[in-house]
Amino acid sequence: MERILSYVDAIREATDQQMAEDPSVVVFGLDVDDPKAIQGTTRGLAEKYGPERVFGTPLSEEAMTGAAIGMALAGLRPIHIHIRMDFLMLAMNQLVNVAAKSRYMYGGQVHVPMVVRCMIGKSWGQGAQHSQGLHSFFMHVPGLKVVAPTNPYDAKGCLIQAIRDNDPVIYVEHRILHFQKGIVPEERYGIPPGRARVLEEGRDVTLVGISHMLTECLRARCYLETINVHAEVIDPIWLSPLDIETIVKSVKKTGRLCVVDNGWTTCGASAEIVTRVIERLQGEREVVVHRMGYAPATCPPTPSLEDLYYPNARTIASAVYDLVKGGRNHWLPEEREGLQEMEFRGPF
Amino acid sequence: MEEEIARIYPSDKIKSPVHLSIGQEAVSVGVCEALRPDDVVFGTYRSHAYYLAKGGDLKKMLAELYGKATGCAKGKGGSMHLIDAAHGVMGASAVVGTTIPNAVGYAYALKLQRKDAIVVSFFGDGATDEGVFYESLNFAALKQLPIIFICENNFYAIHTHLLSRHKDANLCGRVRAYGIPAEQIDNNDILKINERVKGVVDLLRAKQGGPFFFECLTYRWKEHVGPNDDFHLGYRSYEEARTWVEGDQVRRLAALIAPQSRERIETQVEEEIRAAIVCAEDEPFPEAQELLTDVTGD
Repeated sequence: MERILSYVDAIREATDQQMAEDPSVVVFGLDVDDPKAIQGTTRGLAEKYGPERVFGTPLSEEAMTGAAIGMALAGLRPIHIHIRMDFLMLAMNQLVNVAAKSRYMYGGQVHVPMVVRCMIGKSWGQGAQHSQGLHSFFMHVPGLKVVAPTNPYDAKGCLIQAIRDNDPVIYVEHRILHFQKGIVPEERYGIPPGRARVLEEGRDVTLVGISHMLTECLRARCYLETINVHAEVIDPIWLSPLDIETIVKSVKKTGRLCVVDNGWTTCGASAEIVTRVIERLQGEREVVVHRMGYAPATCPPTPSLEDLYYPNARTIASAVYDLVKGGRNHWLPEEREGLQEMEFRGPF
Repeated sequence: MEEEIARIYPSDKIKSPVHLSIGQEAVSVGVCEALRPDDVVFGTYRSHAYYLAKGGDLKKMLAELYGKATGCAKGKGGSMHLIDAAHGVMGASAVVGTTIPNAVGYAYALKLQRKDAIVVSFFGDGATDEGVFYESLNFAALKQLPIIFICENNFYAIHTHLLSRHKDANLCGRVRAYGIPAEQIDNNDILKINERVKGVVDLLRAKQGGPFFFECLTYRWKEHVGPNDDFHLGYRSYEEARTWVEGDQVRRLAALIAPQSRERIETQVEEEIRAAIVCAEDEPFPEAQELLTDVTGD
């Protein structure tokens, strides 16, 4: 019998299992031990492992990130949690100048095994400072790893992998993905860095979705099927290191690439992925590309504007249709019932 | 050692900006003499004095300044990122204030691991302008961590005096507001620094209190960065420096040692320095493959 867990419970189980296995794992962050327990992802851990290994912190993002680095230098494996990715801006000095660089600038004498869990928010009027997907900032910096699991199976496997990893890992969650349910094995397993996954095969276009936008891509694929356009959907899972080979192989077949990011397109993950694919395939294969992401504006809370701010399954399908047919066709599928609930459940 | 660095520097053999500790050695030596080998120090880019005082390898330090493969960071850190983990020197940052929370986190780990080693966080008065300093004090106090904060107050952040940066220069008062015992030690007094820190180290090992804070008044003789004097710039006068130079703690300690022993020590130290320079000059630069080594652990 395959076990179904939510994304939240998958994170909680991964943390619990690693804490039980390894006494050097500690968990902290603002409110990790409060009644809401970070949407439930840390529920019961403080009771089980005690207040020294699981503790809430003062609102001191830079110092607590610096402290996580110090703990890692001393042999602990800290998991530092932020309920919004926006708050990482307060910790950039420690993440970019210390965590990313220590192994290199100290000639390999030390390493910094730490996990920074953070969440991208969306809807309910999250607005300007509760909605940003800033993973590309971290992809830019050598020495950091970045992962953005899109389903419960990967949420567990990537977190276990991130905790075991000897480098700092930015673990990017999405608030809406927390509600996902899917098949999650009970045993411990890791999802290794640098391996993307082809979720759905297709011959006409390669669709790469990042974080929550992967779900929108899967929905878009359903719309496109109705008009006989078959999209291959790829989840990069790890953004750094990035498995460009899997994407290149797919684009070699389809000749068309659309990358949909949960962030802005300028200097973003979509720019990186498209560029690397073109670098590999230019002169060998004719390729057309398209990028989608947040509108080039600050996220508005009002629903009428917020709906326009994000790509969604229908706008993705429409853009892919143009990519396949060429030109501007003004095709937009009718909203279909049932697709809103769509999520990838596995098995993998 | 630093006088030799200053002498060599114009030859451009040293491939790293140098922030000399000359004049401030008393704080590093006074504090580190009170520590055990397994205690850990974190510091700043003005790192030479505490690196050596804590037992850091001299040859590896000089090779690092020369950018050589045998440097403590294989030539990839430079003067501002000296490290000798085996001797409890855990690194330094070029960004002011940055290592303070790292030291605090290390102290948290030591407490969790039930070890009786302690941590010292060295920083300058400039770091007390940074928000992370206060965040770090608060967390260290909250968790009663085995850490000693040592502020080397040389009065200047680069060229800007403390009184141009703070309305109220009562640093110890600010620190006490976080529930941390704080004491100012005047005159660069190496013996007093050593005695006071020793007392606090004993308390921390006995798990009695923590953290503690010392503001050690000291003075940088040379320019902020580089091997020269800078009194011509006009932001400070030699008159101001004179009392500190006259109170030189190296001479003070030397006068306490019998002439014969003193001569023996000086000969030995000079020989060590000479050997380190010869070594640094002879060692190879890192191979090309080092460029991409140790970016990550994979």
